[in-house]
Amino acid sequence: MLYYLGLAAVLFSIGLFGVITRRNVIGILMSLELMFNAANINFVTFNKFILNDGLTGQLFAIFIVVVAAAEATVGLAIVLLLYRNWRGINTDNVSIMKW
Amino acid sequence: MVEAGVGIIFWILTFVIIVSALLVVTLKNIFHSALFLILCLFAVAGIFILLHAEFLAAAQVLIYVGAVSILIIFAIMLTSNMASKKIIQTNQNALVAFFACLMFLVVTLVLINKTGVWNYSTRNLPAENILTIGKLLMTDFMLPFEVVSVLMLAAMIGAIVLAREDKA
Repeated sequence: MLYYLGLAAVLFSIGLFGVITRRNVIGILMSLELMFNAANINFVTFNKFILNDGLTGQLFAIFIVVVAAAEATVGLAIVLLLYRNWRGINTDNVSIMKW
Repeated sequence: MVEAGVGIIFWILTFVIIVSALLVVTLKNIFHSALFLILCLFAVAGIFILLHAEFLAAAQVLIYVGAVSILIIFAIMLTSNMASKKIIQTNQNALVAFFACLMFLVVTLVLINKTGVWNYSTRNLPAENILTIGKLLMTDFMLPFEVVSVLMLAAMIGAIVLAREDKA
């Protein structure tokens, strides 16, 4: 079980690194998907090894997948809108909401 | 015998996941990193099968590999000139971020190792994975299921409204 948790920790750290370092908004979204998957691996691992008379962890993971799909949909719509209005989707160009 | 096979498959999948995830966050060409994201999500689905979450693995392949990745590739193609090699894809924080994430990783791994007592359960998972999930979704998790449906609808309408061309 510890190997699965370690794998999830490594995957989460890689995703975090991607979120911090990418300039491209699509790159940030892809790194976010990696972090979601790390959380899912944790849920399913604990479901199997700790609480395993039900499937609550797997159901939570399914809900996370659905919410991630919704997030990706809205995020990519915003990306298209940014591209149309600013001709670029790098985060340092789009600082209009930064005070 | 079976356990040894599971171990070998686990290490292969882990290797694939970590290498492709590193390529996702470091590659210069954003299109290639999207393709490696698909590979990484496939390998995570394999991990789910190892953990006896067959329905979740199928949902992972259908939703992530089938839908989200295609959506991402569409977005990359629609913003095609952002993926050219001339544009730097990372910002200046790379070194600092590397050490910060390394610190986070080390702390997490130490925490996992230091936790001495896990309350391992001895019972087995329900045999019929999909049957149990369906029953739970229709009984105990009825309300979250409906809320998630409304969330999907809201996200769909929101995406359409956001990405629509303003004719006026």
